[in-house]
Formats: sequence, C-alpha cells, structure tokens
Amino acid sequence: MNTIARVFSYSVGRKLIMAATGLFLIIFLVEHLIGNFLLLKGDGGAAFIEYSASMVHNLLIRIVEILLFAAIVVHVIDGFALFLSGRQKRSQRYAVRNKSASWTSRNMIVTGTVILIFLVVHFYTFFVPYRVIGTDATIYDLVIEAFSNPYYTAFYVLAFLFLGLHLKHAFISSLQTLGLRHLKYDRLLQIIGTLYAVFVPAGYALIAIYIYLKTA
Amino acid sequence: MIKFREGTPITESAVPPGPMDRKWVDYRSKCRLVSPANKQRLTVIVVGAGLAGASAAATLAQLGYNVKVFVYHDSPRRAHSIAAQGGINAAKNYQGDGDSIYRLFYDTIKGGDYRSREANVWRLAEVSANIIDQSVALGVPFAREYGGLLANRSFGGVQVQRTFYARGQTGQQLLLGAYSAMMRWVDRKKIEYFPYHEMLDVVLIDGKARGVIVRNLLTGELKRYSGHAVVLATGGYSNVFYLSTNAMNSNVTAAWRAHKRGAYFANPAFTQIHPTCLPAEGKYQSKLTLMSESLRNDGRVWVPKEEADVERVRSGRIKPADIPEEKRDYFLERMYPAFGNLVPRDVAARAIKKMCDAGFSVIPEGDAVFLDFKDAIARLGRDVIDQRYGNLFEMYEKITGESPWDTPMKIYPAPHYTMGGLWVDYKLQTNVPGLFAIGECNFSDHGANRLGASALMQGLADGYFVLPYTIGDYLADEIRTPLPDTQAPAFDQAEKEVRSLMEKIYQIGGNTSVDELHRTFGRIMWDYCGISRTAEGLQKAYGMVCDIEERFWKDVKVPGKLDEKNSELEKAQRLLDFIQLGKLMIIDAFHRNESCGGHFREEYQTPEGEPLRNDEEYAYAAAWEYTGTDEPVLHKEPLQFEVVKPSVRSYK
Amino acid sequence: MSKTINLTLKVWRQSGPNDKGGFETYSLQNVSTRMSFLEMLDVLNQQLIAEGKRPVEFEHDCREGICGACSLVINGRPHGPNYRTTTCQLHMRHFKDGETIYIEPFRADAFPVVKDLIVDRSAFDRIMAAGGYISVNTGSPQDANNIPVPKPKADKAFDAAECIGCGACVAACPNASAMLFVAAKVSHLSLLPQGEPERERRVRRMIEAMDAEGFGHCTNTGACSIECPKAIPQEFINRLNREFLRASFITEITDD
Repeated sequence: MNTIARVFSYSVGRKLIMAATGLFLIIFLVEHLIGNFLLLKGDGGAAFIEYSASMVHNLLIRIVEILLFAAIVVHVIDGFALFLSGRQKRSQRYAVRNKSASWTSRNMIVTGTVILIFLVVHFYTFFVPYRVIGTDATIYDLVIEAFSNPYYTAFYVLAFLFLGLHLKHAFISSLQTLGLRHLKYDRLLQIIGTLYAVFVPAGYALIAIYIYLKTA
Repeated sequence: MIKFREGTPITESAVPPGPMDRKWVDYRSKCRLVSPANKQRLTVIVVGAGLAGASAAATLAQLGYNVKVFVYHDSPRRAHSIAAQGGINAAKNYQGDGDSIYRLFYDTIKGGDYRSREANVWRLAEVSANIIDQSVALGVPFAREYGGLLANRSFGGVQVQRTFYARGQTGQQLLLGAYSAMMRWVDRKKIEYFPYHEMLDVVLIDGKARGVIVRNLLTGELKRYSGHAVVLATGGYSNVFYLSTNAMNSNVTAAWRAHKRGAYFANPAFTQIHPTCLPAEGKYQSKLTLMSESLRNDGRVWVPKEEADVERVRSGRIKPADIPEEKRDYFLERMYPAFGNLVPRDVAARAIKKMCDAGFSVIPEGDAVFLDFKDAIARLGRDVIDQRYGNLFEMYEKITGESPWDTPMKIYPAPHYTMGGLWVDYKLQTNVPGLFAIGECNFSDHGANRLGASALMQGLADGYFVLPYTIGDYLADEIRTPLPDTQAPAFDQAEKEVRSLMEKIYQIGGNTSVDELHRTFGRIMWDYCGISRTAEGLQKAYGMVCDIEERFWKDVKVPGKLDEKNSELEKAQRLLDFIQLGKLMIIDAFHRNESCGGHFREEYQTPEGEPLRNDEEYAYAAAWEYTGTDEPVLHKEPLQFEVVKPSVRSYK
Repeated sequence: MSKTINLTLKVWRQSGPNDKGGFETYSLQNVSTRMSFLEMLDVLNQQLIAEGKRPVEFEHDCREGICGACSLVINGRPHGPNYRTTTCQLHMRHFKDGETIYIEPFRADAFPVVKDLIVDRSAFDRIMAAGGYISVNTGSPQDANNIPVPKPKADKAFDAAECIGCGACVAACPNASAMLFVAAKVSHLSLLPQGEPERERRVRRMIEAMDAEGFGHCTNTGACSIECPKAIPQEFINRLNREFLRASFITEITDD
C-alpha cells in the first residue's frame, strides 16, 4: 500500500489521477447527453421527468453520482494545482511564447476554467433547486425556463464550445497518460477523439438551441 | 629554421615476448593484479569521457578503483566520438566471409602503411569482437537482420563485411553505451565526474604522474586533484587546421601540456584528410561537415574540362547539369581506372586538391569539386538511391539549401582524424610512469593512416579491454602509496605555472581575436602541412608559424574576466598549444623524407604520383621530446614486422 | 547564390547565475544567408570583441547536429523555426532581411542559466545516473548474437535512442517537463531484451530523479516532439506511462 501511495506522489502519478477522473467524466458526458435527448421527444417533458426521477431513486446511480462529484472536485483541484506547479518550473518566462503545440493542448486551464464556471451556473440552475432546496416546478419546467432566456442559451452554447476544445485534447491526452494509446489503433483513437470532441458538445448545444427556438 | 636533435632510440616498448597471437593472452595471464581490498585505496584520474575515457572509467570503477573523470563539456555525453557516422569494425566473421583476427590485423597494418606497432594492432583486432558483445549487452541498438541477428556491411573498400553500424549514428550509440555504463558507477559513487573542468596540467611527483591541475570553466577557479595514475583520453588535434570535421572545442591542450611535462609526442605529422566533406565557403565558416564516405560508392567526382565552363559555373551563369558529358572530367576515374571513385581517402583527397590547385574549383570562394549522382539515379532508380543515401541527401540539403537530387553535391577534403598523438608503449603508458593515453589521443594503432570504422574500435578497445589490465600492472606497485597530498610542492609549482601562463595570455591585450589568428594559422598548416607537403613549403611554413606565435604574444585579445565563464580565454590557451604543436608537426613532416599514408611529401612519389615509402630509413615511430626550446629531440622507436611484410599499396 | 541580409538581434545577456539578466539589442549588417545561425553569432562576437565588449556566451560543439550541446530559443522556438533541426544546422537563409530575432536561453528552473545563453543541463546526467543504463560489467558478456532482437523492435528502440540530450523538450514544454527525454531513455532500454531485468526499477528511479530535479509534469501538449531536433515522437511518452503503470500496479515482484 505504501508503494501505491507513493505512486501518486510522482508527477506521473498525479497525472494518472487527472487522466482517470477525466476519462470517467468523458464517459459520463455521453450518458448525460443520451438522457438530454429525451427533451426533444415533444411529449411535454414526460419522459425526461421520469428519467430524472428514476436517476434520483436508483441506489447505483446515487453511488455513481457521488463518484462523479468526487471526480469533478479532484479533477479541478488537481488540475489547478498541477497548473500552478507547472508554472513554477519556469520562473523566468520567455519573451516570445512558444506556440508550436495546438491551442487546445496549451490552454486546458483556460477551457477548463470556463467549464468550471459553466458547471457552477449549471448546478445553480438545475441541481440546487431540483435536488438541494426543492421546488414545485418539474425539472422540465426548469429547463424550459432557463433556455427561454437567450443570454443563458448563448452562454451554454459558448461553454459547450469550450468543452469541445477541452475534450479535443483531453481524449487522446488521457489515453496517453494511462499508456493506452496503441500504434496499431492510434489513428482510430484519434478519429474517435475528434468525433467525440465535436459531436458530444454539439449535441448539448443543439438541444439548448432547440429549446430556445421552441420557446421563443 | 627547422631544428631538431636526435636522441637515444626507444628500445623498450613493453611488447611481451612470444608469438604474435599469444602475446596479449600471455600478458593478461601474467601481468600483476591488484587485490580488491587494495583497489579501493587507489584513485585513477581520467581526463575526457569520449569512447575511450568513458569506457575506461566505467571499467576501472567496476574493478574497484576510485575514479575521477574530468570533462570540459557540460556533460560526459557530448564528446566528439558522438559524431562518428559509419560504423565499427570487429573480426566477428558473422557473415562467414572469411574474416579473422589476422585479416583485420593485416588490413589495419597495411592501411596504416606499415607505420604502426604490430603487437598493438594484433591486440586491437583480437579484442574487437568483445567490443561488439559488450556494447550489445549495454543496449547499443546496432542494425539487425530480420532474423534478429546483427547486420554487417563492408566499409572503406575492405573485402569482408565486418562493420557493425547503427544507422548513420554509430559513434553516438556507442558513446551513449559507454556513458551509461559510466553513469551507473557515478550512481554507485565509484566515479566522481566533473563537468566543465578542463585539464591544464599534469602533476609529476618523483617522475610519476600524480595528479592534475584543472580549471573550473564556470568560475575560473584552478583546482588540484591527485591520484595514483592519470589517464588521458582527450582525443585528436585536427583543429590545428582551424577548419576540420572535429567539434569546435576539440583541442590538444591536455596532451600538449602532458608533452611539456615530458611525455613524448609521436608522429604528429600523421593526419588524416577525409575526401568528402562540405567545402568552406567564405571567411565566416567555422567548421566542416563530413559527408559519409559511402557516397563515393555511387557518386561520381568531376570538374568541368574547360576553364570557360569553370568560370561560368562558378558565377552561376550555367548550372552544373548544363555541362555536357564530353565536357566533364571525371578525374578519379581517369587517374585510377581500376578503383575509380573508390580509391582510398588519402588518394582521393590529393587528387581533388590537385584539380582545385590547377584552377578547376567549382565555387567562387574556396575550393570544391562535384560529386554527382545523376548516373546512379538513372541506373538504379530514385528509390534505391533514396534508401542508400536519403538521409545524407537530406542533411546536405539542410546545410546548403541545394538538393543533390537536382544538382551535384559540392565537396572538398577536410582534416578529420589524427593518427599521431602521445607516445605509448604496449601498456598504453607514456614514457612518464603513471601517465596513460588512450583512444585518438595516443599514436599507437593506426600508423600513418587509419582505416574507416576503426577509430571507434580503438577507443573502446583501449577503454574497455586493454587499459584496465595494463594499468593494474602499474598500480600493483602503488598499493602502499597514500593518495598524494595536493598541497605538495609539485602541485604548488604546477598550479603557479598554469596560472602565470593563463594570466600572461590574458594580459596581452592586443587587437586580434583568437578566432582570427587561429584561422590564419590554420590556413598555413593546411596549405603547407595538409594534404601534401614539400621540404621547401614546410620550411617556409615553420617561419610563418613562428611569426604567428610571436603575433599571438603581441596581438591576441582576450576579453572578459579570468574568474568567470570565458570562452575566449579557453580558446586562447588552446590556440597557443595548437601553435606549438603546429611547429612540431612541421618539424615531423619535414624530417620524414618519405611519403606514407596520410603523410605525402611531393618529393617522394612514384612516377604515377603514388606515395613512395622508405622502409630502409623511416620504418620507425618518431617520438618527440619537448625541450622548452625550438629544438625538440627525436627518439626513434624502430618498427619490426614479424608477421606482415611491408609491400607497396597500389590502387591503379 | 549567396545573398546578405541585415538583422536586429535581441540577445539575452546574463553575467552569471545570480544576475537578473536582460535583453541587449545588436544590429548586424551584411549577414550571408549561407551562414549557419551559430556562425552568425560568431560574427556578432567578433564584432563585439572588436568593440571591446564581452562576447555572447553560448553552448556549441560538433556543429553537425549530433552532440546536443547547442541550444537557444530563437523567436520562441527551441533550435529555431525549422523542424528536425538543431540550432547549429539552422541557416540564415531561413530569415528575412530586416528581421528582428529574439535569442533566449533554454528556460527552466531545472536548467539554471550559467551565463548569457548557456544553461546547466546536468540534471539530465543525474536522471541517467538514476537508472538510464543496463547493469552489465565489462568482461566476458555472452556473444552478441546470442541475444536476438526482432528487427522492428530494434528499430523502435533506435528511434528512441536517437535522443541527443539537448533539452529542447524541456525548453518547449509549458511546464518544463523532461518527460520526452526520460521517455526516450526508458523506451530505448525497455524495448530491448537486455533491458528487461531492470525494467521496473529503472522507470521508477528515473521518474523519481526527474521530479527531484524540479522538472514539471507532462500535459501531453506535444510541443516537445515538435521542437525535438530528432523528432522523438509522443508514442514514447505513452510507453513511459505504460512502463510506469506496469511497474507500479502490474508487476508483482519488484524491489520496492
């Protein structure tokens, strides 16, 4: 156990935590998106409401939910901590910045911070009233209300753009940190990563735009 | 005026008795050993960490000695061994093509034009196979066949495939192997290494080498270190010519300072010129880049036949490709129909120089000839040529901006390796007891000319397999000697002398930069003591170099401070040693009235222009003793040929 | 044919490790486009010496792209604008007339500036001492051909072994990470059967040393591979991570 603990004290070990939590969140995003598609059903939100309720009452989902929160917290804290420690490794900065790597890979902290702000807003709009304070409105009502606001919708779309940029690097990067890239499948993994980074955020954004257009 | 005296001949070179193929085996069985307990009490100083130094340091540490390694680089891994491209020879006979220790020995003796010591060369061939085993065990990624076994190629025109290679980076991979072995012992605290430390003197106590004075190049501090023996592995001195294929920092200072302390310097005039290098263009040129010898396998060397074409091609009015076949002079094929473009290095280099001297250089500033792949591309197809030389073409284009696919390469010979060096006996010990010299820094194995792919072999043979035995034989007498005190008067004296020389140079305060003077000096060496030499030219050059030395003391300019990183000061000290070595090279070239290997005296050639050896009078190694005056003393070590009878090289 | 250009150079000057340092501006006229970048600096130094000023200190040796001594960050790019090229093999024809060129040292706290453009890269040597070797004694190793290595594997090991230890990866990395260097070293040895016995120990110790030297963590930006003069690919970082995971979680019997 001692050895295992030490593993996570190394820089490589700490990156493992980033990659593992990140990959977990990547999987979660797909699940969440599938659920959100119920909003498009045109049944006045019945299916979505039922789906949301079933999530709350499923013990397994509740456990996963706790893990999810833990993953977000760890990912955020470790992310900021690593960013700060990384900056400290070069106290004298360059006069001319190196831009040879992709913008997305160099700006994970920027895209990540935007996503964090988004998450706060997101929780404040949905999770807090629905799960913490309690409200008479259905979850569907909350959604409709939120996305009838053009600014709110625009903010979401922008946040998903940043999410896409974050994911563009995150997907292949997390696989690399976990040593899961493979010369024989690397091309395939890169394509999956790119498709993922484009279509998943686009899916979220389209739903938001759809609802806005429907309510406008 | 060139002056020298002849001293007593060298009669003792410690070659063991017995038949040639038993000498090393017997020596190893009978030489004295030091017990493990005593080894721990002994310290060996190794200067330089190229192939020879790093492999020696690793092996000595493994044996149990305490080792101190000094390098002037920031890391032991930067030594110039790293730049060797082609490969390393070993008599493994993996290809079953009839190779043997004898054949490698024979090729090396013959290639050296019968000016090397047979017993040393035999031993080199004998241990060559072990080097491959050792390097592979260390993880050196040699080229392999699909069956997983090692690949070989033939190199430098020999008839067997005995060259092991690692792409075009054999030297790098072998050096990293030796360096990694060394770092293992750094980790285990048996080796202490000192980067950025340049050796400026060797300290003798009661006639034995007992330590060194080094300068910390970052702080300028002079420091003393003592040991029971000192091993110099400091490489060659091709930079005496200013422009050479050697790394910018390669220098003769460690060897020269040892020479000034009494170690003989042998055959300094034996230098090797590599025929296919990128030409110098313009005054700013800082070094020359070697292009692999293998290019001559398919490339054809030529210049325009007519001077009008030469003029037009120089000025850029026509392209080389515009010159029709009948107006091209493929001069190597014309002069040497049998071997054509594949004549040995020295022969090719002389022919190229001859054409340029006759006014056929194809570039406006400086000298160059064409090396053309047009016919080979037409004959073999682009794919084949790309496989063989693709990376070299890319490298050429990177440097020159011209693509060898479209236009012929421009090449010119450049100094590349020095066969001469500190005189050592069979034990690799100089005439100063306790002072050893290994690798290119000594003179021993290549005679007057080195074969391709043999430099790496010699460096590692000395470091891994020879010195660790022979130094034990010396150290067996030292087990009762405590580690010499660095406060001893000899250290005081040596440090004082180093300091005063350095301060004297620093205070000259002239107007000429070190590089500028070095360039002028190097050009003299190149013109008169380079590819070909004449007695008259050498005498003239001697006077010119004496003037350069005088100018150095009057006019050199060293900016900066003494107690800081000061590259100009480092270069100035090295330049002075080069100038003094240059004088000795000229004397050596002048005294050797014959042509052999890399030493070509125009007066001594056959009617066909081939070098004419004089075995009657010059079958000896010339070991020069420093006298502190302009009159060095020559000690001849006669060379006996028991196994191979000297014959005439012919490539017609 | 040879052209000449005029340049403005902004060169980092720092008299010693404790000096703050700053940029000095020099103008250089009639620079031949055939010169290498380092030859251009030689010319600058000759000019400075003639003016009685202290020349610029920079590291260089073989000037043929293999020793790894040369460094420099040129306009924000380690070893300059060209790919697969060391500074010593960069030529002035790649610069424009009238251009301003920023020349900085490789910056990383693990590579402290020694003077001007020279940095101390001995941290790499200490990482190597921690495990970048195969522990084999000189003596009588088995015959080289007793260790067959499949050619594709040997070639792959070679791709990693091409690393020249220049430190451009560290200079390029936003976190000054030495992952690519360590990855190349670990991969070279772990791909060979000779390296097998020390596989776990090697990767653990070298990563430990890398952290101890003060290099940052890897965020897989890939800048290192882009700037690497030998273009050592990212796949070796993947391999290093895999080696580390293997040593930490999978191999049952290890020495720690």
